[in-house]
Amino acid sequence: MRAGELQPGAVVDGFVLQERIAVGGMGAIWRVSHPDHSRPLVMKTPFLGAGADVSTIIGYEVEEMVLRRLSGRHVPAFIAAGDLRKLPYIVMEFVEGQPLDKRLEREPMAPEEAARVGARIAAAIEDLHRQKVVHLDLKTGNIILSERGAVIIDFGLARHDELPDLFAEESDLPMGSPATISPEQILGDRTQPASDIFALGCILYEMVCGEPPFGEPVSLAGQKRRLFHAPKPPRQYNAKTPRWLQEVILRCLEVDLAKRYGSAGQVLFDLRHPDQVRLTDRADRAGPASALDRVRSWFGGRKAEKMPPQRKVSIARRISDAPIVVAAVDLTAGVDPLADEVRLHVARVLEAEEGARLACVTVLKTRLVGSDDGPDSEGRSAYVGRLVVLKDWARALQVPEERVSYHVLEALDPGAAILDYANHNRVDHIVMGARASSALRRHLGSVSSAVVAEAPCSVTVVRLKSTPEGEPE
Amino acid sequence: MRLALVTDIHANLEALSAVLDDVEAEGVDRIVVLGDIVGYGADPGPCVEAVADLVDKGAVALLGNHDQAAFLGPKGMSETAATAIRWTIPKLGDDHIRFLKSLPLAHHEGDALFVHASAHHPESWPYVMEASDAAASFASTDARVIVSGHTHVPALFHTIAGALSTGKMLSFRPVADKAVPLSPIRRYHAVIGAVGQPRDGDSRACWGLYDLDGNEITWRRVPYDVEAAARKIEHSGLPERLAARLFTGR
Repeated sequence: MRAGELQPGAVVDGFVLQERIAVGGMGAIWRVSHPDHSRPLVMKTPFLGAGADVSTIIGYEVEEMVLRRLSGRHVPAFIAAGDLRKLPYIVMEFVEGQPLDKRLEREPMAPEEAARVGARIAAAIEDLHRQKVVHLDLKTGNIILSERGAVIIDFGLARHDELPDLFAEESDLPMGSPATISPEQILGDRTQPASDIFALGCILYEMVCGEPPFGEPVSLAGQKRRLFHAPKPPRQYNAKTPRWLQEVILRCLEVDLAKRYGSAGQVLFDLRHPDQVRLTDRADRAGPASALDRVRSWFGGRKAEKMPPQRKVSIARRISDAPIVVAAVDLTAGVDPLADEVRLHVARVLEAEEGARLACVTVLKTRLVGSDDGPDSEGRSAYVGRLVVLKDWARALQVPEERVSYHVLEALDPGAAILDYANHNRVDHIVMGARASSALRRHLGSVSSAVVAEAPCSVTVVRLKSTPEGEPE
Repeated sequence: MRLALVTDIHANLEALSAVLDDVEAEGVDRIVVLGDIVGYGADPGPCVEAVADLVDKGAVALLGNHDQAAFLGPKGMSETAATAIRWTIPKLGDDHIRFLKSLPLAHHEGDALFVHASAHHPESWPYVMEASDAAASFASTDARVIVSGHTHVPALFHTIAGALSTGKMLSFRPVADKAVPLSPIRRYHAVIGAVGQPRDGDSRACWGLYDLDGNEITWRRVPYDVEAAARKIEHSGLPERLAARLFTGR
């Protein structure tokens, strides 16, 4: 049986074809069912007959290889694949939800919605990168907004860090989508996680402005324009776009990948903490770039074009080069010796991780909320007071403003608050203090032990060194 | 069918023992030794005996250029390699030499071909280091998969076979202990790294796990007692550089 001859009711390796839900030049997608699988499934069948483009078959090989190795809620679950020599197909979970391109057909998103959805997409990209995969073809048509978050589909151009890159050297033309392909992909570099961040910038831009920042040029020359021409700033399209969101979008779209965000996790962080976004001239850029800026960016682009291919550094290495580090410090009694010690260890971590971003977190214990929970000036001043102490504590670290943020969490349970924060922001490393042990503490359980037990990442626990009691010096 | 691919032992008994322990723990159907049992290291006799023992139990062993030099003399070898072979020859008995002389140049299994160096003139021991070397090897056989050693540097070369062929040869540096899937429409030349003298910057011994049913190859890396192997070389009168390079894997 050939892919083009499949009919509803046909059975392929136990999968019963129901209806064809999409068909294009490269292949078709069918809804299928299988007695062993209760959830809804789809089958992708590429057309590989005579005259088929070789990139179709390579795309199929890549998707099968990569999807098989991915897991989690941000990708469709892999179910089965057919023999490439007989009838190639990939069966995967059918993801319930709305494709982002369909959502955007209605109207652009309000900035708040774009930030919320963008953060979900950033979380999905972060998850892919953590699994050592760069997608390299992110676009609104490859993202499904589902109840479990953003789900990324179509891995036909992806690259797994530990597997052969089947597209490397195979194609002389850059592979990607015209709307979202990154400058470095256009120049033939398929190794950069930052390419997915560029695509995320294009997607955020389209969500806010209603069209992609560089259009959808088909020709290579048209695509190359993005190396030399900055896009029209989002606030020019939609004056309601907050300055911080323009800052985030334009930072994702930097030609020089060193100027982009270091990781998808850092984009997620900014989208969830608008008040912590450090604004630069990107936030206020208005109208087309000045003649001088254009010439400057042209030289920047030229430089990029002449740049030798980047030395191969693994995806995992690049991601771990841009971690989010949380310093969780107890300032109930001001900056005490333990807080000083925590700062010392944070400084060591930052010294080793040049691309790290620091989030300083302290917990302000709240009482149970009473019946009269109107505006509470006492609470407000406690919050501001603690924020002042936190910033003062962090000052000695001398972290550049764009790499540090401050968070006073109001909570009953400090451990749970720190854990919530770490989970929500995909934190990579927590540094926190632990008080000396005491009978009461052992009985009640300490904050640090609760965090260590359940943290989604590494935790460094800092304790003041003490001399054991009863032992002679 | 799962095969253990073991190559370039080079008389390093410590590395060979560590690899065979790992192979046994993994549990394979057959071991294929791709040649160069002797040369460079201080234990040629014990390594030949270990491989002969494996062959008795069903393993396949092939001839390498150093094995051949042990009975034909060090023709066309580098100075260090020739010095090591001249040191090696008197350490081997008649039985050892008879075993080495009995080794074939190639072995076929399914659609795979096993050789020490290349399918292209295997008897003249060309190195498969670049895509063009792999292309010459592919052109000399119908086998879909070629497995070799000889370079001491793990590599995988591949190209689309048949009507869809683009003629492009891709190369890949395998990641230690990560299985690489083999696509049915491609031809592969897998170069397994050395057991006894790695040269890819990783000092651990290398062996290959080839799963013919699952269609994947894993380049396994095994730590071994480098100090002991190096000390033996230093005390044996072999060139000192042969000891030093074991620590750096270069």
